[in-house]
Amino acid sequence: MSNSTNYFNPEDLKKFGNITAFQEAMGKKFFDWYGEVFKEGALTAREKSLIALAVAHTVQCPYCIDAYSTDCLAKGADEEQMMEAVHVAAAIKGGATLVYGVQMMNHVKDQSM
Amino acid sequence: MAIKQIGKSLKARENQLSNTFYQLQVLNGKEATESKFPSFTEKVKAIGLFPLKPSGIEIFQLNIGKLCNQTCAHCHVDAGPDRKEENMGKKELEQCLEIIAAVPSIHTVDITGGAPEMNPHFRWFVQECRKLNKKVIDRCNLTIIVANPKFNDLPQFLAEHKVEVVSSLPAISKLRTDSQRGDGVFEDSIKALQMLNEVGYGKDDSGLILNLVHNPQGAYLPGGQAELEAEFKRQLKRKFNIVFNNLFAITNLPISRFLEYLLASGNYESYMEKLLEAYNPSTVKSLMCRNTISVSWDGYLYDCDFNQMLDLKVATKSSNHISNFDIEQLNKRDIILNQHCYGCTAGAGSSCGGEIS
Ligand code: SF4
Ligand code: SF4
Repeated sequence: MSNSTNYFNPEDLKKFGNITAFQEAMGKKFFDWYGEVFKEGALTAREKSLIALAVAHTVQCPYCIDAYSTDCLAKGADEEQMMEAVHVAAAIKGGATLVYGVQMMNHVKDQSM
Repeated sequence: MAIKQIGKSLKARENQLSNTFYQLQVLNGKEATESKFPSFTEKVKAIGLFPLKPSGIEIFQLNIGKLCNQTCAHCHVDAGPDRKEENMGKKELEQCLEIIAAVPSIHTVDITGGAPEMNPHFRWFVQECRKLNKKVIDRCNLTIIVANPKFNDLPQFLAEHKVEVVSSLPAISKLRTDSQRGDGVFEDSIKALQMLNEVGYGKDDSGLILNLVHNPQGAYLPGGQAELEAEFKRQLKRKFNIVFNNLFAITNLPISRFLEYLLASGNYESYMEKLLEAYNPSTVKSLMCRNTISVSWDGYLYDCDFNQMLDLKVATKSSNHISNFDIEQLNKRDIILNQHCYGCTAGAGSSCGGEIS
């Protein structure tokens, strides 16, 4: 039984790999794919880490924010780049909300004389 | 700009960790923490390389003093402006020159500290080593060049004698460089790098090599060296028009002031776990202790600079000092290993020349 009284326990991050215990084949495929995704390719490993950091903020995953803050530093990103990545995430989230303003405007127009 | 020191050395603060025996007790789970980690020696046994033997002495590394103009938070030497007593004298340096001249396998003299340039015999010693036609490396903290007018001509001196410069620049970030090395260090380091570039260091075809050392500014391991190098090159060129040759990504070993930081910040266990998780047996064959001998300011011999700071002298008792240096015996010695060695075998491995595998 887990003794945790919190939904989010920082120690759980280290146990991520254990998800294979309940479904090995799928878990293994996921980790192989994950490893491949983050390897240097057309994008550098540092660029991928910054993207991951930005996405972590939009999905508001504390585990991913923890992991990718460290990973970005390790890959040589600086705090300015990291904050810019968070702004990009926030701008997309903000923009995605605001762009619905056009729908709102359309409805207003449709129902107005 | 004058550097604002982060603090004093462990020794000046009479911190328990200035006792090397105490540090080893911590690393072996007998003090400060109960966490015990699998023995490094057992790991080396498991791949059949124990006892670890030298491959031959090619690099003669001298730590010519603990005196430094900085007191970096992670320093494994526990160096600083308050370490005025431990500096190599001329007699010992002369003995070193005799050894360097007599042992043909030594092709490189690697001079470190502290800030080695603060030793009054530094320039004379460099000149003598160059006369012997040996490659000379100066592990320069950069800020010393601008610390005092008497050091301002170091770039010219080093260039004239074709000394390879290896300099620390942990990050292209004032915030993180200064938080590790002291307020004002980033700015002074940039100025010093520009001065080195001005005399030709780091420039194609000048033959003057300028390598940078990156090490993490906290309890994490360095990322891939090649990618870090590309990013350092891009940013230094873009922001400051600075060029350099290679970047060495070096892992912080859990000793001395970095061990103090790990314990005080509650990161010791997780850092050791990270080192262990990243243990890479293929690095063992290329560990720097296999081709290096490290000499302390008072002439004792060690397998590496880290063993020196833990006061783990070479195993050959009848040849453990420059006064009884015996290459035959030293080439057959067993290298002394302990738990801190995990810092050299994590990921792509780590040495004074960066990644090793
Ligand atoms: S510059 Fe080097 S020797 Fe001096 S305190 Fe910093 S890490 Fe230690
Ligand atoms: S600290 Fe590193 S270089 Fe020194 S003896 Fe251990 S493995 Fe070798």
